[in-house]
Amino acid sequence: MGTVEYIQHHLTNNTIGEGFWTFNMDTIVVSFLLGALIVFMAARLGKKLETGTPGGFQNFVESILDFVATNVRDAFPGHNPLIAPIALTIFLWVWIMNFMDLIPVDLLPYLYQLITGDSHAYLKVVPTTDLNTTLAMSFTVFALILFYNIKIKGVVGFIKMFLFHPFGKFFVPVNVVMTLIEEIAKPLSLALRLFGNMFAGELVFLLIALIGGTLAVGAAALFWAPLQVLLDLGWLIFHLLVITLQAFIFMVLTIVYLGMAHDEGH
Amino acid sequence: MSINATLLIQIIAFVLLIWFVNKVLWGPLSKLMEERQKKIADGLSAAEKGKHELELAEQKAKEVLKEAKAQAQNVLSQAEKRGSEIVEDAKVKATEEADRIKASAQAEIEQEVSRAREELRKEVAVLAISGAEKILSKEVNAAAHNDMLEALVKQI
Repeated sequence: MGTVEYIQHHLTNNTIGEGFWTFNMDTIVVSFLLGALIVFMAARLGKKLETGTPGGFQNFVESILDFVATNVRDAFPGHNPLIAPIALTIFLWVWIMNFMDLIPVDLLPYLYQLITGDSHAYLKVVPTTDLNTTLAMSFTVFALILFYNIKIKGVVGFIKMFLFHPFGKFFVPVNVVMTLIEEIAKPLSLALRLFGNMFAGELVFLLIALIGGTLAVGAAALFWAPLQVLLDLGWLIFHLLVITLQAFIFMVLTIVYLGMAHDEGH
Repeated sequence: MSINATLLIQIIAFVLLIWFVNKVLWGPLSKLMEERQKKIADGLSAAEKGKHELELAEQKAKEVLKEAKAQAQNVLSQAEKRGSEIVEDAKVKATEEADRIKASAQAEIEQEVSRAREELRKEVAVLAISGAEKILSKEVNAAAHNDMLEALVKQI
């Protein structure tokens, strides 16, 4: 199997259906399982919550909650009890989906191929390297932005925002175009940033994996195999930072965008 | 890698997950954390209050102690005064008693003296009469000269 084929194979989804009605089953199953894991852990924790002296795991979760709550307080004006759970969900889900990136790139596909018996079965394990996932989240956020814009400012206020912002009433056509771009850029930048980072990260992991796969033949393996381990470890540590940062950025920008939607004087 | 119906599924998944996280994780845990924060704040204020009360009690105890000391001092000085009074009183009484005893003794002595003198006088009278009898060798009529003798006795 050649280098290009190897990479392409890894970056192809396991699909069901045709055309638009194609379902990326790996993305859906993995993201659902991870979401279920979050809910399961939360429910298990919820059964033995302690007010006085929380144990290790509860402490850990509480510190995450505190972190999210602090960010919401800092970046979100006013009060909306829905913002913090949304931010928390984004942070946890994105982080844990990104974390799939840190599992050795060939492990899960290989296991899957073993189980199905099909040595060419596709499996793309990181849901955030699928644009559908990142766009799904950013579109939901976008829908919330529109909803709160109209709810807080009213329909008239919302239209006014398009007509008279940012250049005042003498540049109405320019304003409409500018505001339109500004608003559409929000969900697109959210989704594409996360997708791009995770896709690139995955690609680098694949390239590092290729060192061993293609170059480590015979005596050369003595040199290339340790190098692969070293590079893999380095990128893994760096990527641990990246996945957390990306989850954090998605969360904070969501809070900020929703905050802007709540801002009446805009 | 193209956008397809997966998007719709993921939107549903995302919304569902938000609902679940809110219900299972954020709701109970944030409520608990808020309660704990309130409890800690209450505890701190209670501790502050307790400290304040302790200070007050200490101050009060000090005052009571001071008062008790003053009272004890007062009682002591009063007792001392009373004691000296009693001693003085006893002294005065003793002096009076002594004076009285002395006076009565003196009176008794005087009485004794006068009685002795009376006795003596009588004996002297008898002696004088008997002497005179012997000198005169002649019996003097006691009855006849009684007046004279009485006068003599008085003169002695």
